[in-house]
Amino acid sequence: MADMSIDNRAPAPVTFRGGGFDPVPRPWVAWLFFAAVLLLWQVGSAWGLIDSLFLPAPLRIAQSLYDLAASGDLLRHLGVSLMRIGAGWLIGTVAGVLVGGMIGLSWLWRSAGLPFISALFPIPKIALLPLLILWLGIGEASKVATIALGVFFPMAISTYAGVDNVQRNLIRMAQSFNLPVPSIVLNVVIPGMLPSVLSGCRISASIALILVVSAEMIGANVGIGAFLLTAGNLMQTDQLMAGIVAISILGLLIGALISWLERILLSWR
Amino acid sequence: MTAAFELVAERIHHRYGMLPVLEDVSFAIRQGEILAIVGPSGCGKSTLLGILGGLLQPASGAVAVRGTIPSDTLNPFTYIFQDFALLPWRTVAGNVRLPLEHQPLSRADRDSRVADALARTGLADFGHALPKQLSGGMRQRVGIARALVVKPAVLLMDEPFSALDAQTRDLLMDDFEAIWARENTTAAYVTHNLHEALRMADRIMILRRRPGSIREIVAVAIPRAERREDAARRDLARLHDQLWANIRQEAQIADREITDG
Repeated sequence: MADMSIDNRAPAPVTFRGGGFDPVPRPWVAWLFFAAVLLLWQVGSAWGLIDSLFLPAPLRIAQSLYDLAASGDLLRHLGVSLMRIGAGWLIGTVAGVLVGGMIGLSWLWRSAGLPFISALFPIPKIALLPLLILWLGIGEASKVATIALGVFFPMAISTYAGVDNVQRNLIRMAQSFNLPVPSIVLNVVIPGMLPSVLSGCRISASIALILVVSAEMIGANVGIGAFLLTAGNLMQTDQLMAGIVAISILGLLIGALISWLERILLSWR
Repeated sequence: MTAAFELVAERIHHRYGMLPVLEDVSFAIRQGEILAIVGPSGCGKSTLLGILGGLLQPASGAVAVRGTIPSDTLNPFTYIFQDFALLPWRTVAGNVRLPLEHQPLSRADRDSRVADALARTGLADFGHALPKQLSGGMRQRVGIARALVVKPAVLLMDEPFSALDAQTRDLLMDDFEAIWARENTTAAYVTHNLHEALRMADRIMILRRRPGSIREIVAVAIPRAERREDAARRDLARLHDQLWANIRQEAQIADREITDG
């Protein structure tokens, strides 16, 4: 080996190169950013930089929201909307999970159902409301059916995708122990597809919220969509914004509920 | 000892689409015997194991039991899987209980069988743990406990140690040996690892490259308990070299076929 010696210079540290590419969110940043936006908005309104007719100040919106809540109007409109969302979402989800589950499990259902769902999924469901009004009348049924249709497709797709994602080796394992088919579905397929179904719930809840507002804007006197349309027509932008804030809070609450369900039902992940 | 039963594979042929994977495979596994199945990658070892336990339907040929299966078995042909195949949403005890849930047993009987299987595999304190909380070796122990709980007549093992690191594999093989010695296990055992096969098997069946057919079946004449003694190691090393010489050529050609394909 060649004669090598280490000179007496100070050791040169190895430079760290592994930082970054790790976007872990800090919750306080979100709150700070939100507060900063509200503050700028409020200051802009106070200084007359933002026309309150088109965009009222946050404090005015908050006051309107409080007044609406105190008068009972908000609860009345939200209650009716929630009833429609609840009924439509439940019908659409049950049907979507059943059909998606069958598509995931049966070649016959997949062969017949998948092209059908793929063809109908892209249709904006609100476009079907006039047809549904013709079929079911202007009452609750047409609005609930619109929401149910909007919910059905994402639920069916996420359910069969969930069934597809169940590891085949788990099904083989269950078969190797002679588990009957209902037991395999109950113990292997349903728990395995649950993550995908809950993701579908998150998407379908948003769709239900969009559709209830749209449907109520077209054919309702009561409901948060009808309230928004009336407020807009009367240029009551503070009430309009209060309604939008109420819908946003409702969306956040639904999202939090699904997150809670995920924590409970998917704690094994 | 006279075997009460044997599992017989007769003239098994199998293909995936147009691709033949097994060709005229016939052999028997006698009660109390461990048969290792080795061969180059893609030679149909796992397919053969699937056919042996009824998870795959052969293109032709049949698997049959000659003699009488023990009456106390709840699942005569029971698999132990390479990737453990545990339900991640069930606890260790829940996974072990799964094969009993559709059996006509009382709750107390089920619980007692599960407790017994957990105890025999060193999992008595882990019944409430979820699979994600366990190491690979412990997860495979759960797979073993789940297999033992049904008192299998034949264990069908598809590379049960290949997902484990070398130390864990060695420890688990010790446990396997102890369980097999106690329970007079009958098993077919697919492995890539000749050392494993020589340590665990009574006979080693070597398959040719695809389409897999039997090249030879070699008996490991040294009792399993003596295989780690120095004298036995020399004989086993000699047998290893002999078997490897047979597999090596097949593996080289198989490797080239896959690469060229």
